[in-house]
Amino acid sequence: MNYKFDFGPVIEGLPDLLWGCLGTLGLALAGMVLALVIGIGGVVLRDSPYRGLRWLVIGFVELIRNTPFLVQIYFIFFALPLAGIRLDPTPTAIIALGVNGGAYAIEIIRGGVQSIGKGQIEAGLALGLHKGQVFRLVVLKPALRAIFPSLTSQFILLTLTTSIASAISAYELTSVAQNIENNTFRSFEVYGVVTLLYLAMSWLMMRMFAQVTARHFSYPVK
Amino acid sequence: MNGSEFLFLLTGLKWTLFLSAIGFVCGAASGLGIALARTSGIRPLEQATAGYIALFQGTPLLMQLFVVYYGLALVGLKLDAWLSVAIGFTLHASAFLGEIWRGSIEAVPKGQTEAAKALSLGYVSRMRDVILPQALRISLPATIGFLVQLIKGTSLAAIVGFTELARAGTIISNQIFKPLLVFGVVGVLYFLICWPLSLYGARLERRLAAASH
Amino acid sequence: MTDQAAASPAPMITMQGVNKWFGSFQVLTDINLLVRTGEKIVLCGPSGSGKSTLIRCINHLEPYQGGQIVVDGTRLIEDAGVIDAIRREVGMVFQQFNLFPHLTVLENCVLAPMRSRGVSRAEADATARRLLDRVKILNQADKFPAQLSGGQQQRVAIARALCMEPKVMLFDEPTSALDPEMVKEVLDTMVGLAEDGMTMICVTHEMGFARQVADRVIFMASGVIVEEAAPQDFFGNPRHERTRKFLGEILPRH
Ligand SMILES: Nc1ncnc2c1ncn2[C@@H]1O[C@H](COP(=O)(O)OP(=O)(O)O)[C@@H](O)[C@H]1O
Ligand SMILES: [Mg+2]
Repeated sequence: MNYKFDFGPVIEGLPDLLWGCLGTLGLALAGMVLALVIGIGGVVLRDSPYRGLRWLVIGFVELIRNTPFLVQIYFIFFALPLAGIRLDPTPTAIIALGVNGGAYAIEIIRGGVQSIGKGQIEAGLALGLHKGQVFRLVVLKPALRAIFPSLTSQFILLTLTTSIASAISAYELTSVAQNIENNTFRSFEVYGVVTLLYLAMSWLMMRMFAQVTARHFSYPVK
Repeated sequence: MNGSEFLFLLTGLKWTLFLSAIGFVCGAASGLGIALARTSGIRPLEQATAGYIALFQGTPLLMQLFVVYYGLALVGLKLDAWLSVAIGFTLHASAFLGEIWRGSIEAVPKGQTEAAKALSLGYVSRMRDVILPQALRISLPATIGFLVQLIKGTSLAAIVGFTELARAGTIISNQIFKPLLVFGVVGVLYFLICWPLSLYGARLERRLAAASH
Repeated sequence: MTDQAAASPAPMITMQGVNKWFGSFQVLTDINLLVRTGEKIVLCGPSGSGKSTLIRCINHLEPYQGGQIVVDGTRLIEDAGVIDAIRREVGMVFQQFNLFPHLTVLENCVLAPMRSRGVSRAEADATARRLLDRVKILNQADKFPAQLSGGQQQRVAIARALCMEPKVMLFDEPTSALDPEMVKEVLDTMVGLAEDGMTMICVTHEMGFARQVADRVIFMASGVIVEEAAPQDFFGNPRHERTRKFLGEILPRH
């Protein structure tokens, strides 16, 4: 192999890349918040008494989970202007991420709520607690505990998915990397380093979530 | 969109299926090796495969494709785009399937290994005849779930410049200026492939859960 | 050769000064045990005393750290070939049966003879059918384990071990996981095996079985062999306080 590695351009571009990391994290965080909103709303509608609404949610979940994010983001990118909504690529990407993550969040949150036994709620009511108190004091923590692992790994997954938002030139790490690559042609070096940056981000997130779990959700169950 | 444009999309679809099949089959073969190494009880092997899995699970598929694509060119391998993309998906799938199968190998009750050992079955027979058939059954829903992920993931080959279904969509969309129609059709095509698989996986999962109660 | 040596059968299993630790916790302390060909040993003792660990050392499901174990003249060392050879001679029956759920009863029985002894399919089949008949379950040969009752599963497990034509059989509480009405069918199978002259070590709390077939009863506590005696002495005249206390707890009071 007579290729000479040259990390010069990458080092020069490092500040840009770190800003790109922040862009990625911001995109993921905003997308996740939207996903949670959609998730909670979706769960409420999913179990509503109206059959039409229930099927709408089911259809949404199945549609999103069985099509590629790239196609979803292209579709939304072109659909929004036609609906009279003019947005920059980055907010567009947030919407796409939120819609995508929302479909998964619906399933996760629904599973968590269903995992709380009826007996728990009845026991709370039998102790003379009000419905609201039962939810706050009895249901909430076990439900959060049940969904926290899946929800956080979904968050990490969403963070990795943001790299696809480069397809519509949203501001995040991958598009920053593509810019540097276009100007320097040091493709392998750039993408190699950027891969490690992604690895560092997901590793940090994992550590952080593990700590939250250890601090707040570590009581023994059977 | 006229007939020939739709046909072009179908050609793209053919490549999507082809890439998925290659990635899945080759990824399954090497993924099995990774799962076995990961559960081998040999410390360095376990650590190396754990690192391999963590690398692929902690980075975007798109970056993996880029690095493999440019990495192969860099070591002097002048490969067709489809070949280096196929290698990228194979590596990706081997890590994910390796991790899924590690989990299901470990989910087979320990008594099974002990009974097999007590019957003096060697490692190969223990795995082939006793553990893997049970592990495979346990892993089937997750394996099918990953296959769906992989099929959707092949759309990223478009960004590397490979003309599969998603890129065929981009090309047609640029020609006829009806992006919503084109990406709608492309989405429906993906859905028609992935949805039955998802339903099948969910059914297997319910059946497995029912059997273990 | 002296007369005495000719009179007593050859040793099948010897354990000399065997010690074993789980981390820093010593599970087995200085275990000495001699089992002669054709002897039937019943091993009992409180839960956690190391009974399972002791018999699992004999076929190397657990490695041991001090002393030595010799099975049928072969010294058990950390060598895959040796371990394999010993496992071919030693059958084991588990508390939880551990049948292979994805294989039929017959397939469970022919797997090891074919894969480990290299027996032909036809021969393995014939042996398996003969032994399934012996444990009175031949009519279930093509069923899967989950379709059988616990007692039936355990009898299949015994037949499966016998298919390897072992010289010794180890039983680890074979009736503890069974519903009471199924205990007898499994014990009857074991009595039959004993009458045919099989060398056996049985971890069990079925004291009726011990009285009926055991040549010696061994009592363990805290990883130590406390007492070892013929059944009539063991039950009629236990020497150690701990043995008396244990017997007082498990024997039905009159
Ligand atoms: N794999 C293991 N790791 C650590 N400790 C163990 C393990 N297996 C058994 N032990 C401990 O060793 C002791 C003896 O166990 P065991 O041989 O199963 O006893 P018994 O069969 O007489 O009930 C127990 O205290 C048990 O907790
Ligand atoms: Mg035990």
